[in-house]
Amino acid sequence: MMAENVCINVAYQRTTFTVPISQPTPRIYTPGEVISPHAGFIVSHGTYIDGDYLKASVAGVKEQVDKLVYVRPLKNRYNGEIGDVVVGRVTEVQQKRWKVDTNSRLDSNLLISSMNLPGGELRRRSVEDEKMMRKFLQEGDLISAEVQNVFDDGSLSLHTRSLKYGKLSQGILLTVFPSLIRRRKNHFHDLHCGASIILGNNGFIWISPTINTEVEGGAGGFTQNLDKEVSMEEREVMARLRNCILALAASKMSLYDTSIVYAFEESQKYKVSELLDAENMLDVALMTYHRLESQEET
Amino acid sequence: MAGFDLLSDQGLRLDGRRSNELRKIQCKLGVFSQPDGSSYLEQGNTKVLAAVYGPHEIRGSRAKRLLDQVLVNCQYSMATFSTGERKRRPRGDRKSQEMSSHLRQTFEAAIKTELYPRSQIDIFVEVLQADGGNYSACVNAATLALVDAGIPLHEYVTSCTTVLAPPPATSWDDEKLEEGEIALVDASHREETSGSPTLTVAALADSGRLVLCQVGQRLHLDRMNRALERALQGCKDVRDVLDEAVRDHLANCGISEAASS
Repeated sequence: MMAENVCINVAYQRTTFTVPISQPTPRIYTPGEVISPHAGFIVSHGTYIDGDYLKASVAGVKEQVDKLVYVRPLKNRYNGEIGDVVVGRVTEVQQKRWKVDTNSRLDSNLLISSMNLPGGELRRRSVEDEKMMRKFLQEGDLISAEVQNVFDDGSLSLHTRSLKYGKLSQGILLTVFPSLIRRRKNHFHDLHCGASIILGNNGFIWISPTINTEVEGGAGGFTQNLDKEVSMEEREVMARLRNCILALAASKMSLYDTSIVYAFEESQKYKVSELLDAENMLDVALMTYHRLESQEET
Repeated sequence: MAGFDLLSDQGLRLDGRRSNELRKIQCKLGVFSQPDGSSYLEQGNTKVLAAVYGPHEIRGSRAKRLLDQVLVNCQYSMATFSTGERKRRPRGDRKSQEMSSHLRQTFEAAIKTELYPRSQIDIFVEVLQADGGNYSACVNAATLALVDAGIPLHEYVTSCTTVLAPPPATSWDDEKLEEGEIALVDASHREETSGSPTLTVAALADSGRLVLCQVGQRLHLDRMNRALERALQGCKDVRDVLDEAVRDHLANCGISEAASS
């Protein structure tokens, strides 16, 4: 069978994903550039003192709060903050703890004492529980969790002491730059289109079919329902969401519930598979951008 | 000197450059989506791809972990089709191992390694087409990839290869003739393999601090300083080109959007 609509582009005709932005480009600093002759500034991320000068160590924009100066790069690894919602993958099972890859510079810790085990919230963790650890979470399992603490070396300690956190079962995992995720009050969204998303602050996004919490007892905890068949319509919605989020991310637009819902709605004129074309992705991003702009004005 | 002269009577090189001119540098940041940072760099006909992963948890043996600084891991490789002769090039051979360790030394000096204890940064470079100055092109490409990944650097680290060419037999300028060998900046393959001494330099370009200096063939100490000067100037010129590319990339890549959030 002939594949229809094969799209081939030469490299120099490649679509650039930039959304035209009205505001002027801010002053950009690059590594080694002098920010100021050092005069009592507090050195922070992306800056350092060399002799008498305060210099930038990454390429990005300068931000200043009183005497604190930092340069923020366009993209870097996830720097955890307490209270962030993260999605991560278990990489290692150790004594009393799991190691979780959360896209940060060191793997995060999930202690067995900072999770709700089945059978009562206030239960002593026994030696049996430690032996059972691989039953709860195995290497390769995906979890959602919250950042409980940040250590000096930048590694995180996670907790799942709420029913909304826990093991993830059926769905799609997406990775974007952590800086694209906008910080909001809520990072768990049940969208009207029939899918749920978790926007992890670490740039991991989880798309799953919406689970009826009253009947099935919530997504949290450590039960995994792999038997339930996800219907074709749900799959299509999830795939569309995925492509929409990738379209927004390719244009470096920040991701939060409104922008994703708008992108989803604007994408309806395309088939799901057509959303993989660069031009259509840009179109969806542009439409979303204009809609968000016009909404801000009113 | 067999066959051809590296410098013509008019002071032009085989490819028409003057002795202090670089080849055309074209580069692009963020060419891959999977790594944290990536770049593609063409320096004349030398073409290099670089990818940077990290800083991330050390995979594999925990023993390599450093408690006070980040572990820099470099891998240099050449594509089978990169040179005139098509040849399978295994990654672990002596030449690429040497290149890898030189790259590691260079970037350990440039990266602010003390910021990420217990972590690891991987730098992968692949030469797609080799036309002289492979090491230099790799350093320049990897610098761009590191900047793209948002990894803190002291400064741009850039590299330049120079060849000391004997002066043309008959010169239009007698003063030039007296100076002896002439340093050719950013040597091409033809110049590198001509048998003249080569000097490869990697430096923190702004402050002019040397990171790596490698001499091939025998080089008279009297000639060293002048060649080094030329090479450092070459590094500075490369730095300006890279800096412009980084600024262009950030401006076109919606830094304002990321900045507003």
